[in-house]
Amino acid sequence: MAITRRTFLRSAAAVSVATAASGALAACGTDDNPSAPTVSANDVQAALEKGGTILVWAWETTLKDVVTSFQAKYPKVKVELVNAGTGDKQYTALQNAIKAGNGVPDLAQIEYYALPQFALGKSLTDLSGFGAGSLDGTFTPGPWASVKAGGGIFGLPMDSGPMALFYNKKVFDTHGIAVPATWDEYVAAAKKLHAADPKAYITNDTGDAGFTTSMIWQAAGKPFSVDGTNVKINLADTGSAKFAGLWQQLLTDKLLAPVGSWSDGWYKGLADGSIATLVIGAWMPANLESGVAAAKGDWRVAPMPQWTAGGNATAENGGSSLAIPKAGKNNALAYAFLKYATAEEGVKIRVDKGAFPATNAELKSDAFANKEFPYFGGQKVNQVLGQSAAGVVSGWSYLPFQVYANSIFNDTVGKAYVSSTTLSDGLKAWQDACAKYGKEQGFTVS
Amino acid sequence: MRSGTKRSPLLTLLTSIMLLYSLVPLAWLFINATKTQDGLFGSFGLWFAGDFALWDNVRETLTYDDGVFLRWLLNTLLYVVLGAGGATVLATLGGYALAKFDFPGKRAVFATVIGAVAVPGTALAVPTFLMFSNLGLTNTPWAIIIPSLISPFGLYLMWTFAAEAIPGELIEAARVDGAGELRTFVRVCVPLLAPGIVTVALFTMVATWNNYFLPLIMLKDPDWYPLTLGLNSWNDQAATAGGQAIFNLVITGSLLTILPLLLAFLLLQRYWQSGLAAGGVKD
Repeated sequence: MAITRRTFLRSAAAVSVATAASGALAACGTDDNPSAPTVSANDVQAALEKGGTILVWAWETTLKDVVTSFQAKYPKVKVELVNAGTGDKQYTALQNAIKAGNGVPDLAQIEYYALPQFALGKSLTDLSGFGAGSLDGTFTPGPWASVKAGGGIFGLPMDSGPMALFYNKKVFDTHGIAVPATWDEYVAAAKKLHAADPKAYITNDTGDAGFTTSMIWQAAGKPFSVDGTNVKINLADTGSAKFAGLWQQLLTDKLLAPVGSWSDGWYKGLADGSIATLVIGAWMPANLESGVAAAKGDWRVAPMPQWTAGGNATAENGGSSLAIPKAGKNNALAYAFLKYATAEEGVKIRVDKGAFPATNAELKSDAFANKEFPYFGGQKVNQVLGQSAAGVVSGWSYLPFQVYANSIFNDTVGKAYVSSTTLSDGLKAWQDACAKYGKEQGFTVS
Repeated sequence: MRSGTKRSPLLTLLTSIMLLYSLVPLAWLFINATKTQDGLFGSFGLWFAGDFALWDNVRETLTYDDGVFLRWLLNTLLYVVLGAGGATVLATLGGYALAKFDFPGKRAVFATVIGAVAVPGTALAVPTFLMFSNLGLTNTPWAIIIPSLISPFGLYLMWTFAAEAIPGELIEAARVDGAGELRTFVRVCVPLLAPGIVTVALFTMVATWNNYFLPLIMLKDPDWYPLTLGLNSWNDQAATAGGQAIFNLVITGSLLTILPLLLAFLLLQRYWQSGLAAGGVKD
């Protein structure tokens, strides 16, 4: 096959984004007051009693057990859980299905960064009419803000990824490095570690859009703002500049392992100690336990390093919602399962399987907070992660074409990782490319 | 050819490099299929780790996620038998007809076939998807089988092969002896075409077995995935929050996936070689 996976995904994402964004504008022009369908709790109850089949597209593996338990509780309902691809691939498939007008699932897993694109593209059902507004206070602030767009509620948070510092204690102890509490200390630790062992790096990074936007988020940057069809992009604001200044030091001194996240080399580096820390979402423990079993006992979790000593600012990294596509057929039944999986019994089932919750009740429960993780040497990891969930900086938003924007990240910002281009120049190039694309899609970009 | 031809050190060297180039990935695949998930990251890639976990890996590959690997294997077999088998039958019939019968428009058919050989299947995948979507056939096995039936290259191969391998006099003789067209084809021509048929069968089999792009855009339901897509979805599993990394199963699954192809090549090699050589020399 001549076409590589990367180029294929990129072009596929571009195609899907184009349709989503142009749909957004067509709809925005004609329909200022989105008519959310009204489905009452009684309707949902009636649908559950009547029964039927719903199709759910999700790659999240813990949902399987939720489906089993849901079907046991409501024997007349059949939930067909299909993994239609992970991330980008599933979005492309979803976009194609919506475009083709058939095969659209009743529920789809959509990551927070991609949700605005589908929501503003009028592809998703506004759940306000289902009474989802009454769930205010159920979810932690970060994810709850992420599912709201343009005055509607377009999904319910399934999990969340408040960030924390995962570090290899064995490596830190060997080289006498203290756990960094600020970003300055982090850079100092990076230098000390690499000087002590040239094969070891503080972390890996080859240019990751999700990580970069989360870092800017924590630094209180607000590079993207959306108001109807008006989009503002400023990747040189204070927060973005703070991040670029910090990360440039690590890039210039070659203190970042040139290993892409999620690659086999990444798992190897996490296992053998050559990648000593990860600043990443709270879902990471499950990945470490299953993918890096050899390093059991080596890793610990600490709060995300801060810009000002003593601060507690964090950001969300990753995490998904479940949303109801408009073209889905059985809305009432879909909402019943959606609520079950994200706000009712399903939450506990998934948390027991290693998912990180987005609900306050689970986060604050004693069982959750006091769970000792043998993988982390018995540390009560969730205490650190739970605190992180409370410190997520408010006011962040993604672009209404973030899937496309992230797909071109490596062509622009990525250059800073492989050439003499600076990170701030790279961010500028990303901004220009995003603005150009936004205009082509009919947004007013400034 | 003289016997005792002087060996060329340069050619020997180049051939050896090609041999290594072809064999190293296979060796890598086999060696790493014997490692556990931890062993993969804790040992040198081209040598064995401490534990020999091949049998455990095979067992786990076949049973993981309720044995979905076997389902994918059966799907792939279905696509190969119906798709590649059908393509071979069609290419044989069409190639024979084009080689041995004269009819108006033959030159146009020839031009179309030659043109079709030049268009890569990948380029047609998206238009095919839209067409099948309108027909309501996406997400069904037919979306894989029907496009696989078309093999312009196979048709062209059978055409030239039939032109060379079947003497016109033989068909004449059969007709004179009173055989109908079908009987002539089945009893007289097909045996002569056997090496060509095997060649086309191998080509279409490999193409269908390794087909990735078409199923990728046609299928959403993992129950209909062929092995290529299934293995890829296992590989992607390591790249999601909370996902379970199963690189050892991906590698073992890949090894199991290529075994049937290796077997097919070894068993059918004889026919294939004579098929390739036929028509190469005019006597």
